[in-house]
Amino acid sequence: MTKIIDSKIPEGPIAEKWTNYKAHQKLVNPANKRRLDIIVVGTGLAGASAAASLGEMGFRVFNFCIQDSPRRAHSIAAQGGINAAKNYQNDGDSVYRLFYDTVKGGDYRAREANVYRLAEVSNNIIDQCVAQGVPFAREYGGLLANRSFGGAQVSRTFYAKGQTGQQLLLGAYSALSRQVGAGTVKLYTRYEMQDIVIVDGRARGIIAKNLVTGKLERFAAHAVVIATGGYGNAYFLSTNAMACNCTAAMSCYRKGAWFANPAYVQIHPTCIPVHGDKQSKLTLMSESLRNDGRIWVPKKLEDAKALQEGKIKGSDIPEEDRDYYLERRYPAFGNLVPRDVASRAAKERCDKGFGVNNTGLAVFLDFSESIERLGLDVVRQRYGNLFDMYEEITDVNPGELAKEINGVKYYNPMMIYPAIHYTMGGIWVDYELQTSIKGLFAIGECNFSDHGANRLGASALMQGLADGYFVLPYTIQNYLADQITVPRFSTDLPEFAEAEKAVQDKIDHLMNIKGKKSVDSIHKELGRVMWEYVGMGRTEEGLKTGLTRLKEIRKEFETELFIPGSKEGMNVELDKAIRLNDFITMGELIAYDALNRNESCGGHFREEYQTEEGEAKRDDENYFYVACWEYQGGDDKAPVLYKEPLVYEAIKVQTRNYKS
Amino acid sequence: MDKNISFTLKVWRQNGPKDKGHFDTFQMKDIPGDTSFLEMLDILNEQLIEEGKEPIVFDHDCREGICGMCSLYINGHPHGPATGATTCQIYMRRFKDGDVITVEPWRSAGFPVIRDLMVDRTAYDKIMQAGGFISVRTGAPQDANAILIPKPIADEAMDAASCIGCGACVAACKNGSAMLFVSAKVSQLNLLPQGKPEALRRAKAMISKMDELGFGNCTNTRACEAECPKCVSISNIARLNRDFIKAKLKD
Repeated sequence: MTKIIDSKIPEGPIAEKWTNYKAHQKLVNPANKRRLDIIVVGTGLAGASAAASLGEMGFRVFNFCIQDSPRRAHSIAAQGGINAAKNYQNDGDSVYRLFYDTVKGGDYRAREANVYRLAEVSNNIIDQCVAQGVPFAREYGGLLANRSFGGAQVSRTFYAKGQTGQQLLLGAYSALSRQVGAGTVKLYTRYEMQDIVIVDGRARGIIAKNLVTGKLERFAAHAVVIATGGYGNAYFLSTNAMACNCTAAMSCYRKGAWFANPAYVQIHPTCIPVHGDKQSKLTLMSESLRNDGRIWVPKKLEDAKALQEGKIKGSDIPEEDRDYYLERRYPAFGNLVPRDVASRAAKERCDKGFGVNNTGLAVFLDFSESIERLGLDVVRQRYGNLFDMYEEITDVNPGELAKEINGVKYYNPMMIYPAIHYTMGGIWVDYELQTSIKGLFAIGECNFSDHGANRLGASALMQGLADGYFVLPYTIQNYLADQITVPRFSTDLPEFAEAEKAVQDKIDHLMNIKGKKSVDSIHKELGRVMWEYVGMGRTEEGLKTGLTRLKEIRKEFETELFIPGSKEGMNVELDKAIRLNDFITMGELIAYDALNRNESCGGHFREEYQTEEGEAKRDDENYFYVACWEYQGGDDKAPVLYKEPLVYEAIKVQTRNYKS
Repeated sequence: MDKNISFTLKVWRQNGPKDKGHFDTFQMKDIPGDTSFLEMLDILNEQLIEEGKEPIVFDHDCREGICGMCSLYINGHPHGPATGATTCQIYMRRFKDGDVITVEPWRSAGFPVIRDLMVDRTAYDKIMQAGGFISVRTGAPQDANAILIPKPIADEAMDAASCIGCGACVAACKNGSAMLFVSAKVSQLNLLPQGKPEALRRAKAMISKMDELGFGNCTNTRACEAECPKCVSISNIARLNRDFIKAKLKD
């Protein structure tokens, strides 16, 4: 299939592209800004920062979120930190190095120019957030403190205790609140976008469901920005919040926006393991724990077996019988290898029978050495809230001295296992963050652009805020400059009526299935299939089986679904059913992409394509491209693939190496 | 391994803001101790759906104690029996076999009930819009390290900033006062050099908005501090009062 894909990357050397772009782009003058309306869907880091910035610039902004307040968006749960190339620690950091680490961390599958811009504006983000009153951690001299994170050899991560996402989101929420108070942004809470409205080939509005009244409402604007996060909940169990969903993204996809690289799903190595079938979500333990925690499993299979049977505890196993497998396999980065590498290494050990809990699907994260080196107080100062959280959930206190063997003190280790965490794939956007539909923009986790096949820790917050504060408010003007003569739209246009009717028909259809199965029971089944066949280790055969199983689940959903209550008023089950419908489509899309990509890279691991040492084996000759999928008019039809070739000018593409 | 427990659950049901409301009673059997409180409600809701009934409506989202979405007044305590934890972080091992567990929504004039256990907390957003910010433009402010902030000040601001805006303080307060919430945001911003220029205006504007929205006054019972899932201290209220009085004297 040939299609010319214009990613609109500016001319010039990589370090000058963004400066050149800004110098030559079209702008909208203040009087005209007042005449232009922008819809921003989502109030996470990307959505809130974009809405606040656009409102402040003078545009009229409508901002939507599904929760009761913008402050609830799931960005709030990010624990560890945010990267920036400040080089405050004098350890050799630079914009280029952050750019390089991000491209390498993404296994050479990101778009170079976008990543360079991200690294470039990273420093502005820290300045902006400090000016807003974000209470980052500081040293005694009053300077900002930093820590190191996976995939980097410098300390460039800024943090606010273990609550960095919360503090950054509250900063953006403050800025947004200021604009709402000033009247430039109108806020719609407990509203969920159901569809995008296209008029003459351009995005001109949305249909949203008022989740309290159950009514569908129409909203028109000159441009629409989607900032609705990722699709991790297609796996049912993930570290995402319960309401995170891909309905807004899927509605754009169904209306013709390409979906890029859906197979790139990040599995986070340090989550609390699954414990039972009633579990509703997985809890992340911040990656920052890997700064001082050491990951291990027993060296001897009999020890692992005894652990699985509950006959011994981790602290009963002495130092010499522990296999610190990350330190063994990757001496240069040790416990701080990127997430995909750490996750696969845990799976490899567990697959070989070395898992340490009753399901055999867990490894230890141990603080004995750091507690002895730094003292419990220092360790608790750094990770106290995480230790407490772990104890509340598992009833085990990781800071507690458990045993002393031959003068060596052993503390209770944590048990961790990889879990679905973040999705690098997303709606395809060009350099301006515009999708393949004119006037429709996608920012934050919702788009695909900056992380390639794997995202480094502390880079999600960076990207969300970069897009929302520093990129979109510029690039959207290049589009809107042509729209200044376009008057405001009426929602009485037939395009709005049609879109609303389609959503209403879908709701009626779902309500009328009247089967016997609850939304959650089908969603759990979807999650099991996704994890089994489209999860951490994928094969051609498994993916084909997965696709067949997904079609069965679609059928089950279409015939067996039961939604209690009526479509009038609030109906939480109906809202969940609408989301599940889209998760099934999303699941298939992930599987199609994973099946197409006959290589292993970053978060996408095809078992057929690995080195003798079990490392991911890329195929740059055949798969050095962004996979853009186009909807073909029906959920039962296979999507069509277009390729955006990757062009690297500044970085030499090579095999990722975290060993030396 | 945790033991399974069986207990009686009394849950508040209310069809809308104008409905009178009532308790429904359920017998819960063999719930594993490592089930979270909200997962226990999930189990109940699945049972209700199986019987063709409408599930209980409650707010929840991140389920890791940070989004502030979950609420629930459990056995007379906002966020239930644990200190320093939200409802989503409560695990059933805290309860005993044969217990009677009563679940109600936040009850306060400032937070009208929407349905069952879900309440309307948009009043908090309105208070924030009145002054919960530092007036800085998006752009290129000075270098972050140009403002030195002593660690104790930064730490104190961070402690105040850890408020999750859940509304437990209002629910716990016999006066329905939002002073802990307001004082946490005012303290965070007023402690920092960046927030000083607007400090007095901020304190006055946020308190006025709080009064206007029907929240009560603080009479120092400290119930809010005791029930706050993030252990936000009432010393923030003292700081807010100082700034408020200073602002009033200037008028």
